[in-house]
Amino acid sequence: MTRFRIFRRKGSGTRTVLGVVGLIVLLCIWQACVQFHVVPPGLLPAPTELWPAWRSEVAGGYWQHAVCDSLEHYSTGLVIGSVLGALAGLGCGAVPLADALTAGIVRFLRPIPGLAWVPFAILWFGLNTAGATFVIAISVFWINFYAAYGAVKSVDPELYEVAAAFGHSGFIARMRYVIIPASSPGLLAGLRTGLGQGWMSVVAAELFGVPGIGARMMQASSLLATDIVVVYMITMAGLYALTDFLFSFVRARLLRWQG
Amino acid sequence: MTALIRLEDAGLSHNNGASFVFRHVNLTLEAGEFVAVLGPSGVGKSTLLRVVMRLIAPTEGRVILAPAPDLAGSRRTALVFQDARLMPWRNVRHNVELGLEGLGLSRQERYVRADEALRLVGLSAVTDRWPRQLSGGQRQRVGVARALTVNPDLLLMDEPFGALDAITRAGLQSELLGIWEATKKTVLFVTHDIDEALLLADRIVVLAGCPASVRGDLIVGPRPRDPSSAAMRALAGRMRALISGEPDPGGAVYWQSAEI
Repeated sequence: MTRFRIFRRKGSGTRTVLGVVGLIVLLCIWQACVQFHVVPPGLLPAPTELWPAWRSEVAGGYWQHAVCDSLEHYSTGLVIGSVLGALAGLGCGAVPLADALTAGIVRFLRPIPGLAWVPFAILWFGLNTAGATFVIAISVFWINFYAAYGAVKSVDPELYEVAAAFGHSGFIARMRYVIIPASSPGLLAGLRTGLGQGWMSVVAAELFGVPGIGARMMQASSLLATDIVVVYMITMAGLYALTDFLFSFVRARLLRWQG
Repeated sequence: MTALIRLEDAGLSHNNGASFVFRHVNLTLEAGEFVAVLGPSGVGKSTLLRVVMRLIAPTEGRVILAPAPDLAGSRRTALVFQDARLMPWRNVRHNVELGLEGLGLSRQERYVRADEALRLVGLSAVTDRWPRQLSGGQRQRVGVARALTVNPDLLLMDEPFGALDAITRAGLQSELLGIWEATKKTVLFVTHDIDEALLLADRIVVLAGCPASVRGDLIVGPRPRDPSSAAMRALAGRMRALISGEPDPGGAVYWQSAEI
């Protein structure tokens, strides 16, 4: 199986180095394509143009503003959507009556993407923070709803008996002693997926003019300033990587019992 | 001797009486007694245990638990499961403290009580481990400590050593006897292992049939016991006969033997 070096499993250090190498190769090919006019000029900015573009965005104060505005939409939308989604999922998973009553509603609303709610967000909240937050919250809501619901359904039913045998019966006690801790891996997996989905929704929520990274990208692209568009694409990727990195510490701490 | 718990003509049916798990079960446990319920797998021993513990209500007859002064910080009953059933997100100490929570004890009191129980089962060195880091025998010890720490009047054990290897099982059996002699808890111990019942119990209640009923109620002689002795072999043979449903000497379904 391991006759060829390239098929051998790589250690984590080697993997990191190889990942950086891959990135550099991509940047070189990209630069070459622009430099030697493989792609028509104006369609794609060269990597070397990105740094000055970023500097000018920062100098004008646009970058800081856009990042702050988007972070505000992202974090409020994420918190509201995650908390409500996880609570609704826990409730529907744990209470058969709630489960049965909402089954139809869930099937009806689930396939509607967050983007489709934008007209209503504008109507109900206006082109402002609340509207953008609403769109982000909705897309994050469903991810957490399904994660929590599935996690509750897969709780080992024998643990309910253990809790009852030691005096913890009734809905509140089951929630506290069994359901919430037993579903925590699923809940955290949902939160993590939501962290990524939230950034994707930020663009959708801001495309229509609510100030932020998405709005700034739209402005730039209408002026064909592709270098600025790419600057914000990279900004968003960086912010996502940062939130996911920070979350991985919380997750490792909370789930240390899983080893 | 005072009766701690009494089952009067207890029965449990499924589907509104269409089929019975067990029926006409009469059983009295005296305080301080070690009673084994012996029967083949699937006969309903574990279900009977849950009825005694009042996790399941009987559909016929009564389960009467003697009124007792409710000691603060105690529970009437505690259960040791066959497969330990620890909560994987709680470390050893917090698993033991499970039954102490909700009893109005301070954090400090719970800590001391859990420590005591863990010392009794010989696990003082691993109190901060996660269940996944324990061996099968250690997990089962945590299960025993978790039950002992609530200071129950009645300790119920559901084939607690059934899933362990023979060496670990023998060790835990003798430790259990030591703990029982030190604490004098009333124990109801479910097993399908005749030798285990003979080794541990004061009294063996044989449960068999479908629906299950008490086929025999035998008092075992003084400890220490040698399961290979002639008297024990004779008793084992008698229990096998009772389980397989061969006609009883007296023809009665329920009978109490003399001491041997």
